[in-house]
Amino acid sequence: MEPIGDLERELEELRETYKSGKTKEASWRRSQLKSLLSLLEEREEDIFQALHQDIGKNHVESYRDEVGILIKSVNYALDCLKQWMSGKNVKLPMVTFPTRAELVPEPLGIVLIISSWNFPFGLSLEPLIGAIAAGNVVVLKPSELAPASSSVLATTLHSYLDNKAVKVIQGGPSVGDQLLQQKWDKIFFTGSPRVARIVMTAAAKHLTPVTLELGGKCPAVVDALSSSWDREMAIKRILGGKFGACAGQACIGIDYILTEKKFATTLIEEMKVLIKKMFGENPRESHSVARIINKHHFLSLKSLLDDPMVKASVVYGGSLDEDHLFIEPTILLDPPLEAAIMNEEIFGPLLPIISLEKIEESVEFIKSRPRGLSVYAFTKNEKLMRRLISETSSGSLIFNDAIIQYAADTVPFGGVGESGFGRYHGKFSFDAFTHEKAVVRRHFLIEFWFRFPPWNDYKMQLFKSAYRYNYLSVVLITLGLKKSSQCSKTH
Amino acid sequence: MSLISIDLVALHCSHGLGILNRALRNKSRSSIQIQAQQTRLSFPQRRRSNWRFLSTHSCSATLSVMAEEEKEAFDADRAGALVKELRECFDNGKTKSYDWRVSQLESIAKMVDEREKDILAALHQDLSKPEHEAFVSEISLTKGSCKLALQELKSWMMPEKVKTSMTTYPSSAKIVSEPLGVVLVISTWNYPFMLSLEPVIGAIAAGNAVVLKPSEIAPATSSLLAKLLEEYVDNTAIRVVEGAVAETSALLEQKWDTIFYTGSGRVGRIIMSAAARHLTPVILELGGKCPAVVDSDVNIEVGNSIYHTSGVMVAVRRIIAGKWGCNSGQACIAPDYLITAKAFAPKLIDTLRSELKVFFGENPMESKDLSRIVNLYHFKRLSKLMDEDKVSDMKVLGGQRDENQLKIAPTIFLDVPEDSLIMEDEIFGPLLPILTVENLEDSFAVINSRPKPLAAYLFTNNEELKNNFVKNISSGGMLINDTILHVTVSGLPFGGVGESGMGSYHGKFSFDAFSHKKAVLYRSFEGDTPTRYPPYTPGKLKLLKTLISGDIFSIILALIGRSKD
Repeated sequence: MEPIGDLERELEELRETYKSGKTKEASWRRSQLKSLLSLLEEREEDIFQALHQDIGKNHVESYRDEVGILIKSVNYALDCLKQWMSGKNVKLPMVTFPTRAELVPEPLGIVLIISSWNFPFGLSLEPLIGAIAAGNVVVLKPSELAPASSSVLATTLHSYLDNKAVKVIQGGPSVGDQLLQQKWDKIFFTGSPRVARIVMTAAAKHLTPVTLELGGKCPAVVDALSSSWDREMAIKRILGGKFGACAGQACIGIDYILTEKKFATTLIEEMKVLIKKMFGENPRESHSVARIINKHHFLSLKSLLDDPMVKASVVYGGSLDEDHLFIEPTILLDPPLEAAIMNEEIFGPLLPIISLEKIEESVEFIKSRPRGLSVYAFTKNEKLMRRLISETSSGSLIFNDAIIQYAADTVPFGGVGESGFGRYHGKFSFDAFTHEKAVVRRHFLIEFWFRFPPWNDYKMQLFKSAYRYNYLSVVLITLGLKKSSQCSKTH
Repeated sequence: MSLISIDLVALHCSHGLGILNRALRNKSRSSIQIQAQQTRLSFPQRRRSNWRFLSTHSCSATLSVMAEEEKEAFDADRAGALVKELRECFDNGKTKSYDWRVSQLESIAKMVDEREKDILAALHQDLSKPEHEAFVSEISLTKGSCKLALQELKSWMMPEKVKTSMTTYPSSAKIVSEPLGVVLVISTWNYPFMLSLEPVIGAIAAGNAVVLKPSEIAPATSSLLAKLLEEYVDNTAIRVVEGAVAETSALLEQKWDTIFYTGSGRVGRIIMSAAARHLTPVILELGGKCPAVVDSDVNIEVGNSIYHTSGVMVAVRRIIAGKWGCNSGQACIAPDYLITAKAFAPKLIDTLRSELKVFFGENPMESKDLSRIVNLYHFKRLSKLMDEDKVSDMKVLGGQRDENQLKIAPTIFLDVPEDSLIMEDEIFGPLLPILTVENLEDSFAVINSRPKPLAAYLFTNNEELKNNFVKNISSGGMLINDTILHVTVSGLPFGGVGESGMGSYHGKFSFDAFSHKKAVLYRSFEGDTPTRYPPYTPGKLKLLKTLISGDIFSIILALIGRSKD
């Protein structure tokens, strides 16, 4: 086991910082967010390079999916910080005056963020923005599978942020294990269900709340769109959402398509044309599609195609370049539903299309499978939309687009069931790292004698009347004009 | 004045003097454990003949040892079958409908109304809970929650429309609340009725199928809940499983969509590890040592011509109501210990002594207004805390106990050492240690050196102290100048932080606790910038940057091919 240098000392320093109360100050949070913004703007080139090195991402894609979105998120947090930090008054009935109730947001304390390799900056810094905005001290463990990005995160965060309050600890599973043995006030994890179980089991020892951002198979329902414009837009968005976002290695990437049998051919033909248009004749050389993260993952994708029945269903692409860890955008039509490709999250540029007799069958199809992080539907059919909303369950449901929910600040981002729990982005990120403390203030002035023991029928009757809002009774009983009779049990 | 007072009372009652917990705690099965082991699964009527049912035993304070009777073991297989059945029911969509939710909530309200006497009797049997206290903290709280849920359900279920940003323009978005699925509620014995139904109401309101496992430590209430829910609600979606460790373990092996647990941190850890296997989210309502800080400045005259009293008296009454008036301190938000200034302690103790006499009489052991200790195990645990040498020497009031009746009188200790047993864990009984500090602000360090409590109380007229308290102390909830009442505000979430738990409920928060917030985004096929798609060019990067900046002017410049940089 590789020991983490001075883990204890580092954590002690973080605890001291938290205790000092510095991170609770609005000025500290603001200055850290501003520094993060400078980091993103000034070190853009380093980030692009690291992402290219780790996953072969094109810099425009890197900007669109990571740097740009992060800049937007930091700006949003800066704009809203004051409002998020101010307590919420809770309405009480007028008559309860002079009691005052409010919700006071307070930081949780010392939090751990474990992120993933596919969007190594986005998935590290998006939760970090929330943690800082909420006033916590943070340890970030980036994924060791994206080493260049991990090291850029470590050096840049160290130089831009208050390193007594925000630390990056790099390493693999053994470092992860050591971190998990510590007591945290919150663990925010992005990754696979397998590791999530380890994280949550470790968290249970210390009663630490967790947010788990996992994945799952995200289906895209594609209705037989009649207008060619609509079809083109839909296909562009599908291709962008599958191959354009880290070569399908995205938790909200489209996993497979559900469409009507009679529409499948049209869909595939038009996809073929648009794939060439978007990614070029040779996507590897034009750097328009990212590569596969590592050999291990490449081989597991390859093995999905090894099944002869699956291989036979390939209708486009299918070439694999092991030396460059590159897989061409690949489309499959009706691979067997029992095959691994239809039962595991694909997490790569393979796109199965499952054809159904009627598009409405997609509702049952989705319902009968584990809940995914997202469901996409390209349709103008209002009835189908309503059915998808009320009958299927998923982290999010997006009509006529893909991936875009990741950029929306006002809706929560997170899974349900097998795709995880807890949510973030925008205010939800702030909330994920905040305890909302209920605070009620009372005065000494007003008190009621019948609130206290010794209990008797008289008080019981008053309570019952008061509870039923029968004020007249209360007055009558108090004045001795009404017998407290129904309560016959004697004390 | 009178109207104000009446409604404050309504506030007190409607959510009452307690929401408290503690559970399954110390399940060590000593031979003198008093509760009967009984397992009863309520199945729908039609299947009843298949099962051999036990007559229900509920023993009270007598120390009889119940032989384990022949019974159908509720093992993992049966638990699995139960979950499967409920999941099928959930999948057919019945529980999602507004009408179903309303009908079930109405049935619960009706059940509480019609069977009030039975409920009060069960509570009396389990805890000798005074009828008055039981009415306020169990019956009326439960009814209040039902009523609120019925009243608000439509608006809770309504999707929330949200604005969307420039980046995702043009689009519209809403957040849809959907039920999580099949959920498990494990409740506890101190408020065995209310703490079982409160979460069940939330689960039903949110449209889930539910299994409730009441605490076997309050056997009369547990069996009554099983009986009543079978009778009043839809058993294809709502079930009660009675039992202890074995049954709970069988349940925990199953895959749930959320587990809502009220009880101790020790069991909370077990629940969460079990949940981790299936990646099930949990809500843990635990306890902790809730401090109450009392400032000497409360010692002023307050009131008006109608009502006149001293502030210290009001403070003390509210402490007594929150401590002994809440199930004899067996409540998760009861003040666990007091902290006050050294100089003020004698005055505080004097007032406590005289007010306790007013409330519970000359001889509190004979008062009918004090609950008893739940069982012998807890009686012995509390006795041990009282008998530790360094603590018993510090006793300033009370100390009487009666093992046969399981009663302990209100007992107060002054300046117990910080390393004593009584200051270690949550007391959960009628013992109240008072710690003294030189300067009241020193109390912050005392509180912060311990795990975060479920509630923290402060009695003072000093505004600055109030603000510092709110700012520096972290706890689930916080109440200034009273105890317990903050849980009655349905607009406030109730739940812990750190060792006192995670997740919250009550009112709308209960609905949310059992709901998934699904983001729904609508886009049209019109309007899209080519920047999103490959082939990637430097021009696209520039446009993207301006788009992200949200600066309309630069966007236009970039679009027409000019830009500032």
